[in-house]
Amino acid sequence: MFHIYCPHCAEYREEEEFHASGQAHIARPLDPEACSDKEWGEYLYFRKNPRGIHHELWVHAAGCRKFFNITRDTQTYEIKEVYKIGEQPSVVAQSGNSK
Amino acid sequence: MSDLTVAVPEEKVASTKAVVMNQVAGPEVRAESPLYHADLDSLAKQGPRKGGVRLRENKLLGHLTLRCNPNNADQLAAVERVLGMALPLQPLTSVEKGDVSIRWMSPDEWLIIVPGLKAFDVETRFRDEMDGHYSLVNGSGGSTVLELSGDNVVDMLKKSTPIDLHPSEFPVGKVVSTVFAKSTAVIRRTGEKQFELVIRRSFSDYLWLWIQDASREFGLVVDA
Repeated sequence: MFHIYCPHCAEYREEEEFHASGQAHIARPLDPEACSDKEWGEYLYFRKNPRGIHHELWVHAAGCRKFFNITRDTQTYEIKEVYKIGEQPSVVAQSGNSK
Repeated sequence: MSDLTVAVPEEKVASTKAVVMNQVAGPEVRAESPLYHADLDSLAKQGPRKGGVRLRENKLLGHLTLRCNPNNADQLAAVERVLGMALPLQPLTSVEKGDVSIRWMSPDEWLIIVPGLKAFDVETRFRDEMDGHYSLVNGSGGSTVLELSGDNVVDMLKKSTPIDLHPSEFPVGKVVSTVFAKSTAVIRRTGEKQFELVIRRSFSDYLWLWIQDASREFGLVVDA
């Protein structure tokens, strides 16, 4: 079980209250009409599955119902940091070991 | 798309008001609370009078969900004019004055509970006073309030929710929305051994059964 800090409620809650919503920081192409099928397909369907640092979108579903980001290590399950939407992560994977 | 847009005269935009319907026309209109079928009034008369957990349904109250901008001083002032108290801006706090109470639900959302017959009046005043982008929804029919108290109330709640209920973590006045049994509830501490649960109408029967079961070892007293 995770013990997750909600940046909006400003306290730790059980994982039961949260829902994971997949990879964070997926930018929608500014001009979808100008995208190739490959670019659009990758935007819609292709997601990272890293071993190590991963930035994820979570929602405090049973609490304040706000979305926020979590940086998590997929190997150790350790939550490295929690930050609000619109902010940038301070913990990022080293280019050498992110595959 | 742009050629289909209908130009609306300026003055019409300014005067547009949301239509407010009086959901409870008056005290003479018969209304059934979500736990009407459980007949708590009879249980209060016939049931046991001693036990570690006491339950009362505060029924047919007005539940108003307000969403507005906490950084907009005009809106905050308008709320204070209507309700006579300021919105609680700190996370997980609540304020209460007389028969009106406000709970922090999220950074831009509050749950206001007023007496059922006052809801229409409060809603109408909000429409007159509030300015700018906001939303006020009357969800009175969708939820109900349970008041739980007694010496063993914390023991009973511990079986139902993962929230830390120790007074150092959960002081009087704190409010959390969380999972409760297999449903959700907004839990507020109203006294050292007294809690208030705002629960969904559709889950009220399930939670009533759950609370009876969870309180069994302590004894459940129903108050009218």
